[in-house]
Amino acid sequence: MAESEELGIATGEAQAGGRAVAGASRGPVLGPPLVEYLLRLGDDRLILGHRLSEWCGHGPILEEDIALSNMALDLIGQAASLLRLAGEAEGQGRDEDALAYWRDGVRFRNALLMELPKGDFGFTVVRQFLVSAQSVFLWEALLASTHEGLAGVAAKAIKEAKYHLRHASEWVVRLGDGTPESHDRVQRALDDCWRYTGELFAQDEVDAAVAALGITVDMASIRARWDQVVDDVLQRATLTRPADGPMRHGGRVGRHTEHLGHLLSVMQSVARAHPGATW
Amino acid sequence: MPETTRPLPTDDPTQVAAFEARIAAGESIEPKDWMPERYRRQLTRMMSQHAHSEIVGMLPEGNWITRAPSLRRKLSLIAKVQDEAGHGLYIYCGTETLGVDRFDLYNQLLDGTAKYSSIFNYPTLAWADMGVIGWLVDGAAIVNQTILAKTSYGPYARAMVRICKEENFHKRQGYEICMTLAKGTPAQREMLQDAVNRFWWPSLMMFGPSDTHSPNTAELLKWRVKRKTNDELRQRFINLTVPQAQELGITLPDPDLRYNAETKNWDFGTIDWSEFQEVIAGNGPCNRERLEARRAAHDEGRWVRDAAAAHAAKRSQATAAA
Repeated sequence: MAESEELGIATGEAQAGGRAVAGASRGPVLGPPLVEYLLRLGDDRLILGHRLSEWCGHGPILEEDIALSNMALDLIGQAASLLRLAGEAEGQGRDEDALAYWRDGVRFRNALLMELPKGDFGFTVVRQFLVSAQSVFLWEALLASTHEGLAGVAAKAIKEAKYHLRHASEWVVRLGDGTPESHDRVQRALDDCWRYTGELFAQDEVDAAVAALGITVDMASIRARWDQVVDDVLQRATLTRPADGPMRHGGRVGRHTEHLGHLLSVMQSVARAHPGATW
Repeated sequence: MPETTRPLPTDDPTQVAAFEARIAAGESIEPKDWMPERYRRQLTRMMSQHAHSEIVGMLPEGNWITRAPSLRRKLSLIAKVQDEAGHGLYIYCGTETLGVDRFDLYNQLLDGTAKYSSIFNYPTLAWADMGVIGWLVDGAAIVNQTILAKTSYGPYARAMVRICKEENFHKRQGYEICMTLAKGTPAQREMLQDAVNRFWWPSLMMFGPSDTHSPNTAELLKWRVKRKTNDELRQRFINLTVPQAQELGITLPDPDLRYNAETKNWDFGTIDWSEFQEVIAGNGPCNRERLEARRAAHDEGRWVRDAAAAHAAKRSQATAAA
């Protein structure tokens, strides 16, 4: 598919002076649902894992350098498996590295929350907590996926996500119920993250198509369990759950924040400077 | 007053004699055993320098984690830097068996009074540096640490056994990156050669000053803290590394490097010790940046540590009240 087609730019519906100006599509054209779905799962983990890896050597205590690196390793490892599956489903010979290093930002399908800059340690653990809570319940559901490869990834990832959730929850409680400064910092981080949480549960025609095949589940059931865990941890952390205002969307169809471009320009720089090279 | 500047107490000569007899008999010294104050301080110095080196050593490699050119390389680089954090933590805990507090030692690193390996004050400028650091820097560290695994102080020796296993893995991984680049495109080979040119001499300096200028060597050898001299270890490293360079098809930046059939050693050119002294004195290319990065992490993490302490205090209060 040509780049202009995929982006839904008009290819000739209306002519003015011989050049097309009016297009049929107002949004991006998506690939096959299974490919899109696997990219969404894979990109979430690749981009969040990348953000976590930025902490390596800069954590507040040595033990956290180790823990954050551990989580980065788990997530990037999951991403590699998921992107491999996406490449196989796509059937155009792209492997996980081709997908990670040679797609432009508009082709990435991660939720916006993942790409936000790492912020302070409070922001990092709050985001990790919100995402891990979603991941635990999602992986639990995907254990029964009709997609064998995906169920296989879920079997390994569920253990990892449970550890991430436990670790991040402990820190949210510690920081929320720590000093007045730490309380303010994590409350602010929570407020900042909140408007991106809706996208973690949003469903469009891609999700509906894969859910119809038993590949994934209705996100509403996952949302309900997420709400419970979030309420419980926030209560223990003496934090206030923000009100559900307008939610930010767009990552799932490639409409990202400005932050993703900068992340990718770093991540892809060496690979792209040497086309065709093996590493 | 800092530990190292306090005057030495006088050790009882009978105890010293008994201690040295144990060393001579090849016995291992354990934390609760009597030891001369000088021995304890030398070990504290060596072990804390080693721990600091692991922690500062995370920075030059951490610099390329976000740019690793494949997911497999990214994963193995994160895992490697994570291992270094683990080694640092492990050795810091080891120093505590000598009656020092690891946070005091860490403060000495932050205030610039403690030393760490000079190699980490060189910048990492290209992806190939990740291969070359694994191959040469971890390679040199292994030569050092394999001998340290036989050091007379038990906890340090045991730590070295464990750490050496992981370092060997890192070295293989680094050499494999180098081999991939060596077999790659002309640009990749050029990147590799440039990295070797930059890291070869600093790697040789990692073994420390020549024996004639090493103030600590004689005493350390007597107490079997060290088992080989700096020069012996350096030569051993060069002898091991030259054939590996040949295998890679790269050159080592020393026109005087040649095999000596008589000694069976690779003779090498003169090390620029003035460069080494400059780096040790704090004037290497990245000394300031490395310490600044550690200080920034420490300062930015203060509120986190304070919160963790405050929370723990609240919890123990709540438990006591219950």
